[in-house]
Amino acid sequence: MAKYDFEIPKLKEYPEVPELVDGTMDHMETFRAKPEFQEALGFKGELGENWKEDAIEAMGDLLGKYRSLQVYLDSCVKCGACTDKCHYYLGTKDPKNMPVARQDLLRKVYRRYFTFAGKFFPKLVGATDLTEEILDDWYNYYHQCSQCRRCSVFCPYGIDTAEISMAAREIMDRIGLGDKYSNEIIGKVFKIGNNLGLPEPALADTLEGLEEDVLDETGVEVKYPLDMKGAEILLVTPSADFFAEPHVDGLIGYGKVFHEAGVTWTLSSKASEAANFGMFIGSYENMRKISLRIREAAIELGVKRIVFGECGHAWRVAYSFLNTLAGPFDFLDPNYPVPQHILEFTYGELQKGTLNIDKSENDHMVLTYHDSCNVARATRMGDKPGGQFEIPRAVIKAVCNNFVDMAPETIRGTTFCCGGGGGLLTDDLMEVRVKGAMPRMEALKNVIEEHGVTNMAAICAICKSQFTKVLPFYGMDMDMIVSVHQLVSNAIILTGQVSEDDEDGADED
Amino acid sequence: MSFLTITFAALFYAATAIMIAGLANKIIQFAKTPAPLKIPTTPAPTTQTGVVLRMFREVAFFESLFKATKWTWLFGYLFHIALFLVLLRHLRYFINPVPMPIEIIQPFGMYGGFAMVAGLFGLWARRFLVDRVRYISAASDHLILMLLIGIGISGLSMTFGVHTDVVAVKSFFIGLMTFSWSELPADTLLIIHLLLVAALMIIFPFSKLLHVPGVFFSPSRNQVDNPREQRHVADWAKKLEE
Ligand code: HEM
Ligand code: HEM
Ligand code: SF4
Ligand code: SF4
Repeated sequence: MAKYDFEIPKLKEYPEVPELVDGTMDHMETFRAKPEFQEALGFKGELGENWKEDAIEAMGDLLGKYRSLQVYLDSCVKCGACTDKCHYYLGTKDPKNMPVARQDLLRKVYRRYFTFAGKFFPKLVGATDLTEEILDDWYNYYHQCSQCRRCSVFCPYGIDTAEISMAAREIMDRIGLGDKYSNEIIGKVFKIGNNLGLPEPALADTLEGLEEDVLDETGVEVKYPLDMKGAEILLVTPSADFFAEPHVDGLIGYGKVFHEAGVTWTLSSKASEAANFGMFIGSYENMRKISLRIREAAIELGVKRIVFGECGHAWRVAYSFLNTLAGPFDFLDPNYPVPQHILEFTYGELQKGTLNIDKSENDHMVLTYHDSCNVARATRMGDKPGGQFEIPRAVIKAVCNNFVDMAPETIRGTTFCCGGGGGLLTDDLMEVRVKGAMPRMEALKNVIEEHGVTNMAAICAICKSQFTKVLPFYGMDMDMIVSVHQLVSNAIILTGQVSEDDEDGADED
Repeated sequence: MSFLTITFAALFYAATAIMIAGLANKIIQFAKTPAPLKIPTTPAPTTQTGVVLRMFREVAFFESLFKATKWTWLFGYLFHIALFLVLLRHLRYFINPVPMPIEIIQPFGMYGGFAMVAGLFGLWARRFLVDRVRYISAASDHLILMLLIGIGISGLSMTFGVHTDVVAVKSFFIGLMTFSWSELPADTLLIIHLLLVAALMIIFPFSKLLHVPGVFFSPSRNQVDNPREQRHVADWAKKLEE
């Protein structure tokens, strides 16, 4: 942590809205994508002579394609309801991190070039020409938005700053100013199949290793198949699940649940990634191309169902967009929703009673649960609105005895983002990530102190990685983050499993 | 016909035309622009009826704003509900004979004017007192509040102070609608009131008053949460599939 020199926000007992301090995050800038990476995604390599005209043209094009952008840019009344709702504002005090001010960076240019009032009375309505300073502001502050949609919950018109920052990033990409982190990752997905650049042999190796581990531990042969033709279920999961802690414990859990449910399943080396960073950069075309891999893998493997592993934004793309981008999925079994979330699957099995659970296996923990922003505010699980809150909690409670929720205004529909979503999970942005995590850290710290919480469960690869990284900044233990399916994995007793007691008994014989 | 009458007749024809044409233009634009992806802020209704209810709560009670900030909600709601009453009460200048319900609300409408102005002052105070709201306010945000307060105070001054000939006002406006013009009373307060009202009508389609049509077109509020059941592809996106 020594290499970072910025002040870590103080955690308070009760949340406080800070007074604004101009320009605290002006200096934050991610590395820019190199021309070759830009071009690989179909964007301009770098800023040209006419970047201003290009930007205005791109804005005009998007205004005609996205009703959200057009309506949101026109409708804001500057009521201020959203101003204290963004974790980045709360953590950095920078006024440009207030959702409406973030929108205004684009809105003032929109007004200048596309509205009567802005063309003729720019001063009056706060319209400005597009200048280099404004472009810098766009680049800095649209990469300080995790597209978590918390602001849209409170806006009387549902104005979603995520839509604005996606559009802004798309405009910048088109004129040749892209963010290295997201754009290089998308390149890797196209080239190798996943965000981490793990090739097929490495995957096969890892999965074999997992099978051995589970066999050693339980005496049961649980399979973690790759590219198995004719399996019933294709599992698409974030690539972090293949190796990093605590992600991989979740993957072990999915395998155990499938095993006990008696279904055949497979991972795919072609669609070895649930994440879809095309959404972060607001690019419909790239998001669609990434999604199509999943369709192709499902067809090639001849599966009947698609299930997604624990990942927040991936579940948004899967739940809300996959059918649109890569559908129709009429070749899959119509008895199941396409796609399904692994938690919907596990919840279903728990309801049916196919899983043998020993809750006491998790008795060494007192858990709380972090609702991932994308899951909470942009998707659903099950068939009732709000299932995205109930189902994960129901599963946790079915496998653990000790569970407490954090403060109500920080969970469910009004949950705070982990601080690393939306393509911000890069070391370049560590200061924003740490400061943006403040509201979540505060709520967590309070339940630790009041209820003795020891661990926080999450269902998103980005949340898990982000928390692992930022918890130590706040004096908390990085290992306290667990996957929900890790809890399931701990508690599940596989059919034919040799428990520790049995082994002891065998020794005595 | 006096110069004043002719000027105001022309002004109100122009203002009405600008407001209607401008709003129609915006509404057509909003309606025509596709929403290529399903983006309701969830939890969202899974049926169309549910969406209508959600929208109703949003428009009738400012549900989201209530969740966000109680002070803004209080002043904002007070202003809007009072405005609604005042406008209903004003219908008596445009409809002959005056319908029963409009008759009944007349006394409430009168005090509605005070509530409206009180709400507006509350909203305006926030623009000075809350540093975050001060930061996001442009000149136009202050001016529109001044405009509405000006309309309210000039109106109230007529109702409770220097009365104008409301019967003549009515026949002037009915005259405008039926193209049989009659004289407008030359009272200063009325002139001020009407000038400001005309200004409000003219800026409507070019200002943040677009929140009125905008709220109904907001995809995060007006979409049904059913993306797994129904495929939703915009025309421009279909081209990518070819
Ligand atoms: C469908 C009808 C309408 C709805 C749902 C609606 C809703 C809202 C909401 C939720 C706000 C934000 C809270 C506030 O600041 O008050 C607002 C602000 C505002 N509305 Fe409306 N409104 C409607 C009609 C109108 C009309 C007809 C006018 C004007 C003549 C108007 C003028 C304003 C103004 C000036 C503001 C900004 C107040 C400020 O400066 O804070 N609204 N509206
Ligand atoms: C062409 C449209 C309008 C006409 C002809 C008009 C005319 C009048 C008249 C004659 C009065 C005095 C009533 C009396 O003495 O009893 C009045 C009052 C008032 N007007 Fe208007 N007005 C118009 C539009 C508006 C608008 C758009 C607003 C609000 C934004 C407004 C707000 C008020 C208020 C608050 C009062 C005082 C309370 C009341 O008597 O209702 N008026 N108006
Ligand atoms: S979407 Fe989230 S990160 Fe972006 S402005 Fe809104 S609250 Fe902040
Ligand atoms: S809550 Fe909505 S209308 Fe109000 S300032 Fe924020 S974006 Fe604008």
